[in-house]
Amino acid sequence: MQLSVLVFVLLGVMALAYHLGRRRSLATVGGRVGARSLHSLPSYYGFYTALWAGLPALLIAGLWVFFEGSIINSMVVQGLPSELRELPPAQLGLLMNDVNNLASGNIVSGEVDATMQRAADHLNELRSIGSTALAIAVLSIALGTASLAWRAIGPKMRARNRVEVIVSSLLVVSSLIAILTTVGIVLSVLFESFRFFQKVPVTDFLFGLEWSPQVALRADQVGASGAFGAIPLFAGTLLISFIALLVAVPVGLMSAIYLADYAGPKLRSNAKPVLEVLAGVPTVVYGFFAALTLAPAIRGVGESVGLSVSSESALAAGLVMGIMIIPFVSSLSDDVINAVPQSLRDAAYALGATRSETIRQVVLPAALPGIMGGILLAASRAIGETMIVVMAAGLSANLTANPLDSVTTVTVQIVTLLVGDQEFDSAKTLAAFALGLLLFVVTLGLNIVALHIVRKYREQYE
Amino acid sequence: MTETTQANNNRGRSIDIVNASLKRRYARERRFRYLGLSAVILGLLFVGTLFVDIISKGYSAFVQTHIVLDVYFDPEVIDPDGTADPAVIARADFRQIARQPLRELFPEVSGRRDKRALYKILSSGAPYQLLDMVQADPSLIGTRQTVELIADDDIDMLAKGHIDRTAPPADRRVNDKVIGWVDKLESQGLIRKNFNTAFFTNGDSREPELAGIGGAVAGSFYTLLVTLSLSFPIGVAAAIYLEEFAPKNRWTDIIEVNINNLAAVPSIVFGLLGLAMFINLFGLPRSAPLVGGLVLTLMTLPTIIIASRAALKSVPPSIREAALGVGASRMQTVFHHVLPLAMPGMLTGTIIGMAQALGETAPLLMIGMVAFIVDVPGGPLDPSTVLPVQVFLWADSPERAFVERTSAAIMVLLAFLVAMNAIAVIMRRRFERRW
Repeated sequence: MQLSVLVFVLLGVMALAYHLGRRRSLATVGGRVGARSLHSLPSYYGFYTALWAGLPALLIAGLWVFFEGSIINSMVVQGLPSELRELPPAQLGLLMNDVNNLASGNIVSGEVDATMQRAADHLNELRSIGSTALAIAVLSIALGTASLAWRAIGPKMRARNRVEVIVSSLLVVSSLIAILTTVGIVLSVLFESFRFFQKVPVTDFLFGLEWSPQVALRADQVGASGAFGAIPLFAGTLLISFIALLVAVPVGLMSAIYLADYAGPKLRSNAKPVLEVLAGVPTVVYGFFAALTLAPAIRGVGESVGLSVSSESALAAGLVMGIMIIPFVSSLSDDVINAVPQSLRDAAYALGATRSETIRQVVLPAALPGIMGGILLAASRAIGETMIVVMAAGLSANLTANPLDSVTTVTVQIVTLLVGDQEFDSAKTLAAFALGLLLFVVTLGLNIVALHIVRKYREQYE
Repeated sequence: MTETTQANNNRGRSIDIVNASLKRRYARERRFRYLGLSAVILGLLFVGTLFVDIISKGYSAFVQTHIVLDVYFDPEVIDPDGTADPAVIARADFRQIARQPLRELFPEVSGRRDKRALYKILSSGAPYQLLDMVQADPSLIGTRQTVELIADDDIDMLAKGHIDRTAPPADRRVNDKVIGWVDKLESQGLIRKNFNTAFFTNGDSREPELAGIGGAVAGSFYTLLVTLSLSFPIGVAAAIYLEEFAPKNRWTDIIEVNINNLAAVPSIVFGLLGLAMFINLFGLPRSAPLVGGLVLTLMTLPTIIIASRAALKSVPPSIREAALGVGASRMQTVFHHVLPLAMPGMLTGTIIGMAQALGETAPLLMIGMVAFIVDVPGGPLDPSTVLPVQVFLWADSPERAFVERTSAAIMVLLAFLVAMNAIAVIMRRRFERRW
């Protein structure tokens, strides 16, 4: 049975269980007239039965969906002839891929021999057995648990309290998902990074000046040095982020000041949402704009004054990224500027300061920690930004500070290493996870510091 | 005492000092003001440039050039034995049928190269167009019909004026001969530009004139469906727990800091998580909207939790106290009274989270949603791509016609985003309550 059909059937069973549970609770006390002698409202007996019908069955179905693939895969591998089972993992993976394709009727890379055909048939058979077994198991569990709950219903049963215990544990589980996500990120990145650092020493990775993630298959291969030094990537990331901040901080900060302290209500209410549109535009759109409009334009201007500009210059990517983070800087600065108490401003005006003097000498110093926090958040945004640099920045890992040159960034390398075919034991693929770990650690550090500053600053004036 | 008066007299009165500097200070004030104004204008200019650039590049993709031809559905070619068997018809050489009217229009063209160039003004999808017509209505066989056939992307670009006719022939995608033919067709009124419905219904293709966003939109739909059906209940439940039930202790503090940090983790890291966990560990299928939806769920959860908590916070305590006062349990108070009042705010946050998920590209690249997929997906387990990824894929293609289509796809994407955000704003205005 299809999984979606199964889920709908299960929902139907839950609705039925609700109805039956509710009816039984009323029946035990002799209909509606006796409802006062029930411990809880009749609908709670219904909810109780429905929750028991649905939750255990859904749990089983969810676990099955997550582990079906690997279980069936290992069973098929067990069924293979022993000489195939002994293959190295990479080749076995390829073989299993072919078997999978064969089973679902797709094109297969190599020739189909009898063993593969057998394996594919085996796979299909297991799959159909699996889905039938799942449907039977889920439905019988649902009916079984529901009938147990149904039989327990009586006027003395504290149905509301039991339902509330179930619901509150569901609430706790939901809030734990955020923690689990973080743990999942850390574990998945750490685990693969450790495997990477077994192949490449940590110091080579952190302090190496050369990045060319091609691993040589033969000793005499050209251009496959397999150097994994992350310094050029970080230099490139910092260069592009620096250009972005150079655009975003002045424009964002000045427009926040103008809109907070100078602009009339009409301009303020119109210009603010328009500027915030910039935060809602998908990054892939910025990437397209950078690669197809801005980069050729910069190149044209550069060539007309006799400069050699790379067509994937850091400048184009940085400028567009700067445009993207203007709203972050401006809305965060707006918040902190508005949080500066009016009394400070009034005091400055009373001493005869002009508006700009008040802003520069009173408001900005008071708001500085908050603004710094906002800038740090924007910087972490810029460092982690992917699509703009993937589309507009280059791939060659140059160690340069020239914004007209092509540089590459951490995120670009993660994407190029992981898009397309992968083998999960080569240093090349694992390097992406090591880069991901570095990226996560750096942005996390920036965020913690920035959020701490912003929080602390807010408390100061509250 | 006398000393200070002396000093004051030497320096002049303070009002004089102030007056002397006043002009300079006012000039600075004006400069600062103009600086602020120019920053705002610059920001607005960026928004304007971005939109004008995209729209000016993309608006022409919404029409497609067709060539009007008198097609003879030759029974000799389509179904020589008169079997009317669909399998025979499907195998017939419709290229010949499509080329015949061109030969009739330009009898002077001879030589293999010229002929091939002539046939190339029709799209490679044109024969399939004819096949579809015959399959829908087999009685067409043996008749003569006026059909609008899709033109090749180069002809499309030429007709829309995107190809510079004055450029040296070597730099042009079409040579002078082809331009002559197209001009002749145009003078006979045989070139027509129609609304490009295929762009909205087709899947991806290597031929720009056949490529459409139908598959990507369907993929986006399934991905968002998975995201919405997971992230909304989980996000609201987490917010309710943290705001209404959780004791204030270290543990909940950790959860709170954690959620705020997750909101700022680069999206590509979520992609790494999806690749390592969902694909490698659990063996879920690559390129499937299900996995994309799971990854985007984890990514949008912080947004939804934060917005939902703010909505719950804005419900005044008096509501809760009144409910508790008439004997409701805490759970009943929350679900019967607080939650309905906080729902508009939660929905607004969810829509904004969904808009964020719709525009997201980077994590989906990690889990293989970048494959070239021609078929329109039919469910959350079929391989598919999403709208922003389709933009990314097309942006890499060198053909001028793909630039146009990329911009048009961006316009569709932005239209969806604008609509979602507008709904969020309207909901906020309509249901916002000041207590």
